[in-house]
Amino acid sequence: MALPLKYNFRNVFVRWRATLATVTGIALVVAVFVLVQSLAVGLEKASQNTGDPRNVMVARKGSTAESSSQVTREQSRNILYLPEIARDARGRPLVSADVVILVNLPRRDGTGEANVTVRGVTPMGMDLRPQVTLTHGRWFNPGRREAVVSQKVARRFAHCDVGGRIRTGGTELTIVGWMDGDNSAFDSEVWMDADEARSAFDRDNYSSLLVRVADTNQMAALAKRIESDKRASLRAEPEIAYYSAQTRTAGPIRILGNFLATTMSIGAIFAAMNTMYASVGARTREIGTLRVLGYRRRSVLLGFIIEGVILAGLGGLLGCMLALPMHGYSTGTLSFDSFSEVVFQFRITPWLAAQGVIFAIAVGFLGSLLPAVRAARLPVISALKAV
Amino acid sequence: MATEPIVTIRNLTKVYAQGEIQVTALHEVSLDIAAGEFMTLMGPSGSGKSTLLHIIAGIDRPTRGECHVQGVDVARLNETELADWRNQNVGFVFQTFNLIPVLTAFENVELPLLLTQLGRKERRRQVAAALDLVGLADRMHHLPKQLSGGQEQRVAIARALVTDPNLIVADEPTGNLDAHSAEDVLRALQALRRDAGKTVIMVTHDPKAAAFGSRSVHLEKGELTNA
Repeated sequence: MALPLKYNFRNVFVRWRATLATVTGIALVVAVFVLVQSLAVGLEKASQNTGDPRNVMVARKGSTAESSSQVTREQSRNILYLPEIARDARGRPLVSADVVILVNLPRRDGTGEANVTVRGVTPMGMDLRPQVTLTHGRWFNPGRREAVVSQKVARRFAHCDVGGRIRTGGTELTIVGWMDGDNSAFDSEVWMDADEARSAFDRDNYSSLLVRVADTNQMAALAKRIESDKRASLRAEPEIAYYSAQTRTAGPIRILGNFLATTMSIGAIFAAMNTMYASVGARTREIGTLRVLGYRRRSVLLGFIIEGVILAGLGGLLGCMLALPMHGYSTGTLSFDSFSEVVFQFRITPWLAAQGVIFAIAVGFLGSLLPAVRAARLPVISALKAV
Repeated sequence: MATEPIVTIRNLTKVYAQGEIQVTALHEVSLDIAAGEFMTLMGPSGSGKSTLLHIIAGIDRPTRGECHVQGVDVARLNETELADWRNQNVGFVFQTFNLIPVLTAFENVELPLLLTQLGRKERRRQVAAALDLVGLADRMHHLPKQLSGGQEQRVAIARALVTDPNLIVADEPTGNLDAHSAEDVLRALQALRRDAGKTVIMVTHDPKAAAFGSRSVHLEKGELTNA
């Protein structure tokens, strides 16, 4: 039979100064763990939140990103009239041939420059990506050197206010509007007219095609048809799958988060252990009394482990609360997939917060194990004689 | 006085090892304690009276000899069996009260009952009855630090009797109390024997306290002098 929980809970607060110090230490470890992991989650979410289940992305085989892909105009024309592709009310195929270029822009805070993805899109391409909406200004006009930037990019890069001009290579683009990508990968892009982009950046070919199938059941058939053309050497996959795979950058962040958390948790485990040893030392006679009353060794063992877990669990909850204000905060990093700046938000999901608390509980368990064993193994007589 | 022995001790010896020195705390002690007795164990410091009490209560083990309590050879029980046995058969009163500081008087008295199969309602009834018996029904929600020494010891007595054990052992229960509180505690122990038929074994070196018992046994240098 276990000791009553109220006994464990109240004892945690008896030595409140030591408890506070340990809880704070564990909270900081958990906050770091949750924040770094929330970067990885945010990055993955930005990719996974992109795409329409009816769309298929066509790119060159072997390319890891649209910016390193090429689709010729002839290939584009051939795909345009495949039977699986949906058409609009006027009978036009729902296909967008995009040009994707990396440009180097200065940061707004003056800390250097970074690559930004410029996407040349057709009006059809905008229809195929309804999650992107205009928030300020107006859309670009075809045939003019105008661009619309994601408002998250605009906040991070210089000259991106509406009316501003960005210069890249020999090209100057006027910013005519801001758009919002609904927390998708498009939040990291600058959009302009596709033909104007080909002209401005001197590109003969497109980078990728985005096509909509008439029936999602025909997606596999369309992909097979495109990929079976050996001359074209193209690959086709669902747009959602394409973006979901663009998460390689999250890997090192996760590793960093785990490394930091593991390193810091060693300190936290010793802090918890110190607190619990002090608790056992101060309550030796109490432990003897419980044993005299009939509580078994394992009840004492479990009691002290529960106290360690309560202590650390409180630290875990506090750590999550410390991290929570960062939820939704936008930041950016270099994508290892596209080699351009990817903008994303800290994402503290319920599962991530739960992981933080579980992590804290593990720290509490490990920190209290040895003190609990010591408490359980105290001989009753010598425990009773403790001062 | 009842004649049926509740405790039978034969040739009991306890030797402690203090480094390389062997200290004999009890030497070939034989003793019967009848059910319903209020027996006091007296003797000078280091005479072995507390050691004998601890062995009878199942919290220490003899080096040699036998100690049967209600027919059970306590020395043969393992740690887990001893813990269960203590809970069901012995109530212990300490000199320093040994109440759990974070628990109220009620919760302290309830502690041994949490190890039984009793339901919450029955537990509450028994705790209330035990506290009422020691005159502390109105203090049940007080923490130990909110009670006087005498009140704390009476809570400890309530905790010792709440499981209704036949044997109550008390190790200098009045050692930390003023004369008035000590008398209250001794009368409470006396009432347990008189009204509830409990067997009470009390260690003391105070002759006035020993006078509350029905029999007094003296130990000196680990041996009985008047068994």
